[in-house]
Amino acid sequence: MKFAVIVFPGSNCDVDMYHAVKDELGQEAEYVWHDAESLDGYDGILLPGGFSYGDYLRTGAIARFSKIMKEVVKAAEAGKPVLGVCNGFQILLESGLLPGAMRRNESLKFICRSVSLKVRNNQTMFTSAYGQDEIIQIPIAHGEGNYYCDQETLDKLKANKQIVFSYEGINPNGSLENIAGIINENGNVLGMMPHPERAVDPLLGGADGLKLFKGIVKQWRETYAVNA
Amino acid sequence: MYKVKVYITLRESVLDPQGTAVKGSLQTLGYSSVEDVRIGKYLELTLNERTENIDQAVQEMCDKLLANPVIEDYRYEIEESVAQ
Repeated sequence: MKFAVIVFPGSNCDVDMYHAVKDELGQEAEYVWHDAESLDGYDGILLPGGFSYGDYLRTGAIARFSKIMKEVVKAAEAGKPVLGVCNGFQILLESGLLPGAMRRNESLKFICRSVSLKVRNNQTMFTSAYGQDEIIQIPIAHGEGNYYCDQETLDKLKANKQIVFSYEGINPNGSLENIAGIINENGNVLGMMPHPERAVDPLLGGADGLKLFKGIVKQWRETYAVNA
Repeated sequence: MYKVKVYITLRESVLDPQGTAVKGSLQTLGYSSVEDVRIGKYLELTLNERTENIDQAVQEMCDKLLANPVIEDYRYEIEESVAQ
C-alpha cells in the first residue's frame, strides 16, 4: 500500500506519520508538498499534525485552500482512506470533509500528554484491529481540540456511529460528548486530535496507535490484494 | 479605494473560553459590573476601485475564508476612501 504524507508549511508531525507506515509497517510512503497537483497512485492519504500556516486566522483555515486539498477531496470522494491527525483533523473540518469546528481548549492551555481513549466504533477501516470499547493510550498535543458542532450534527454523528474515539475518564479540552475523533458518513475519512503516529513503538512510550495503521493496511489488502 | 472593516465574533451558542478568562480577570480587578466578555476578530481589508459588487464580494470572502460559519458570525462595514 502506498501512502501520501501531505506536508504543509508548518507541518511538524509529517516525519512521525511517515515513520509509522514506512518503518513500522513496511509500507510505501512519500511526502507530498502542499502545492502538488496530483495524488494519483496513492492508496491512502495522511494529513499530519503541526501548525500549518502558523494557525493564522483559524487552525487549518489557510491550508484548506492549498492546491493539494482539491486532490485530497477527490481521493476522499473516491473512497480512499484519508486520516487527519491534530492539525490534519482541523484541516478536514475546515474543508468540510468532516462536520463541526474546533475551539480553543477550555483551559486555554496547550496540552501535551498521553490520554485514555475509548474505541467507540471498531467497525471502520481504521479501527478494525481494536476491540469495541477498548481503552487505549495515545498522546495528545494541542491548544485547539475543543470539538464543537450543532445539536443536529451531533445527533447524526451518534446515529451513524461516526464518533470513533472519545476521551475516557478525563476530557482534556472540553470537547462536546468527549469527542476525540470522528469519521465521515462513508467511513473513509477519519479525523482525530490524539496522535496515533506517536504511539507506534513501546520504546517511545506505547504502541497503541500502531493498530490504527495496521487496520488501514489490512482493509486495503482485503479489498484489493485478495481480489487481484 | 474601499476600506472594509470586518468583525468576526463567536456565535452566541458557542462558549468562549478566552472571553470567560478575561471576564474573570476584569472581575478580579474590581470591575464587578462586567457580566460577560466575548472575544472576536477585527480585520481591515483595502480593496481597489476595480472591485465589482463589493458587497457580494466581501460576503463571499467571509463565507469562504474569513469566518467559519459553524462557530462564527460576521458583519462588515464598507467605507469609500480617497486614494493617496
